[in-house]
Amino acid sequence: MNPVNGSSESATTSFQAERRRQRLLWFLLCFGPPFLYLLVFMLLPYANILLYSFWKVENYAIVHDLNIDNYLKFFENPLYTRVLWNSLFVATVVTTCAILVGYPLAFFLAFVAGKHRRLLYFLVIAPLWTSFLLRAFIWKLILGREGMINGLLQYVGLTDEPISLFLYNQFSVCLTLTYIFIPFVTLPVFTALEKIPRGYIEASMDLGGNGLQTFRRIILPLSIPGLVAGGIFTFALSFGDFVTPTLLGGPSSIMISNVVMGQFGAAFDWPFGSAIVVIVIGVILSAVILASLAERRSSAPVV
Amino acid sequence: MALRIFAAAAFAFLYIPIITLVVYSFSEARYFTFPPVGFSFKWYVTLFEDRELLQSVRNSLIVTGIVVPATLALGIPAAFAIDRFDFPGKAIFERVVLLPLMVPGVITGLAILLVIKGVDMRLSLTTVAIGHTVGWLPIVVTQVYARLRRFDRRLEEASMDLGGNRRQTFLRITLPGIKNAIIGSALLVFTLSFDEIGMTFFLTGTQNTLPMFIWSMLREGVSPEINAVATITIAISIVLIVVGLRFLGKEKD
Repeated sequence: MNPVNGSSESATTSFQAERRRQRLLWFLLCFGPPFLYLLVFMLLPYANILLYSFWKVENYAIVHDLNIDNYLKFFENPLYTRVLWNSLFVATVVTTCAILVGYPLAFFLAFVAGKHRRLLYFLVIAPLWTSFLLRAFIWKLILGREGMINGLLQYVGLTDEPISLFLYNQFSVCLTLTYIFIPFVTLPVFTALEKIPRGYIEASMDLGGNGLQTFRRIILPLSIPGLVAGGIFTFALSFGDFVTPTLLGGPSSIMISNVVMGQFGAAFDWPFGSAIVVIVIGVILSAVILASLAERRSSAPVV
Repeated sequence: MALRIFAAAAFAFLYIPIITLVVYSFSEARYFTFPPVGFSFKWYVTLFEDRELLQSVRNSLIVTGIVVPATLALGIPAAFAIDRFDFPGKAIFERVVLLPLMVPGVITGLAILLVIKGVDMRLSLTTVAIGHTVGWLPIVVTQVYARLRRFDRRLEEASMDLGGNRRQTFLRITLPGIKNAIIGSALLVFTLSFDEIGMTFFLTGTQNTLPMFIWSMLREGVSPEINAVATITIAISIVLIVVGLRFLGKEKD
């Protein structure tokens, strides 16, 4: 190798090294601050909760030896497991109902609404931008003893006495949460439906597929990612809600977040509360994993 | 046809409650009556005389005033890092960053509370803002990242070829390209943070934010002032959505 060639080679490598160094610097500048922030204020807190969940309280002080007593306490006490089941039940019912209403609504917006679709789309997502608390509270006005439905029923003369069946039970909690989460389903499904090239649908119809076949073979599989996204958010957020059961639920419709809050508030048992938090996050992560597995299977090409 | 009827019913389900609320905020009666009686602004007047309420609005604005710039300052560079660099654990980071969107706010708030208590920091609006920033950072990251992925990098190359330096290229080409995603997500973060109660619950000290104030009102019982608060909230949100949609939805290509 002649010396000239060698030196130019080293010049190139040092130039490349310089570029690589600069790129690394840029990367650290961009990624460092958000990473550190999330490390300190998200990952550390979550990890800390996990650690707490293996400690326990004795004589009003937290004892730092690792044990699984909190988890045993939770799963051995039917009071707590009932609340867990109840939350799972509510989240499942709400997710199902929100999909049953939200999906057709998205379908309507994407394929039927025609020239008014922008306005109608706007109307569907508008409630998402208004207060969650107030959207839950509205149903108290509607379902309560002095509420709109009772007022209407008495006004028309169907009943003389206000009916108290509507409020403070499982029904009012599920209805309210469904009401709140319908736009969560409609929004991502609509986005997915909009992306389907119209040619696919025409091709399917041209090839002799009827409407139902086209829907099952073309539209549904292509909208699954949107459906899964909306479904997961609805499930996770309704599972962990504490506002709706507090405002509209009865004594038996307490949900898991209410119990968590009780442990950190009145009961002052942080380790036990932390164990419940770990269980809640575990349920949500399992739901996410299950849903993405289901998504991968169902959106695989079916030929 | 069936679908149209279904859609009409769904819209009625979504809107009758909201309309009810607005109508009753102008009712004269202290209690709920059917049909509504009279027309008055008196509940609005009571609201504007309520010092605690006005203070809570101010507190909420302070929180959003920290949260919106903070999420942008952390989220936009994070989106760039994901879009332009390959690094170990990138796929994991992309998922983990979404976690606070799915974990109930009250739990994220609690988790942060334990750490804050550990270092003996006092609870204040700042700690609320720290929590909200964790919660809504994913919004900025995902929105800006989605826009960057569709951004045509050749425009940047062209700018550099034409003699533009990095700074000029960024300010004149890249930034205008992602401007709408930035404004849109800023508005979204503003609304969500303004409305957030779960994370605020354990992270606030003695100062109430607006949702915390409404929450205490709601727990005390039904009062017509709440309807007035709701109507004002709805009116403000409508303005925000109209502006927000213009930026997030309609992107000029």
